[in-house]
Amino acid sequence: MISGNWQTFSTFGFFIILLFVCGAYCLVVTRSMIRAIIGIELLVKAVTLLIIVVGDITGRAALAQSLVITIIIIEVVVAATAAGIALSVFRHTDSLDVRNLKNLKG
Amino acid sequence: MDMNIALLILTTVAALWTVMARSLLKATIGLAVTSALIAVIIFRLNSPLAAVFELSVCAGLITAIFVSTISLTKPLTHNQILQASKDRMKRYWYLPVILVVIGAGLVCMKAGQGPAMAKPLESAIDVRTMLWDLRRLDLLGQVMILIAGALGVVMLFEETKNDKR
Repeated sequence: MISGNWQTFSTFGFFIILLFVCGAYCLVVTRSMIRAIIGIELLVKAVTLLIIVVGDITGRAALAQSLVITIIIIEVVVAATAAGIALSVFRHTDSLDVRNLKNLKG
Repeated sequence: MDMNIALLILTTVAALWTVMARSLLKATIGLAVTSALIAVIIFRLNSPLAAVFELSVCAGLITAIFVSTISLTKPLTHNQILQASKDRMKRYWYLPVILVVIGAGLVCMKAGQGPAMAKPLESAIDVRTMLWDLRRLDLLGQVMILIAGALGVVMLFEETKNDKR
């Protein structure tokens, strides 16, 4: 039973790592603020999936679900606030390039 | 299990499409598809409430936020997108390879060991009891974060409105 659980975890783990790599790559290489937010979203999705898989394997699905609901709520707030900041920066600099943030003063 | 693997492969493909799509709108649609596929996986892993949240909030609300943000900003021209894509590939071609090799190495390294896993609990606590009784304080934190986020967005939009005047 335990080795079966471990096999399930490694299968899911491989794909979760791939998803995390996609998000990290998006976050590292991009200069667009919206793409950076998309990268963060992908990272959060990988973590969400990891928590659900671990909850299913250990039999604590209720705890995992409640944690995931918390994560989703925080994810929405982060996305909305980051989108607001991106819009604000766009109206100041007429661009979504993150390098423009260096020019902000105060 | 095979169905789960097929769903995971589709999720990875959707995530790759999200990252590699040149148009921001296509990337946003890719993110929504990724969210929907993850919601199906979560549902199959005995977590229906979290799946509903993932589908409605992540695939719905966040996509709407992104689309409205994109529509309020000026997109790059086709040539600019092509140039940025070429530059990106030239500068960072090695990054995904390194990260995938490290990730696969970590999985392979641990695969043979099989650490002690906790046995499944005999009687799982209902998610509603967990959320409303055991994690009541966390709910208060969530509400506070929601209010802080809403206030933050309102302040940001208010600032842009004042700037326009």
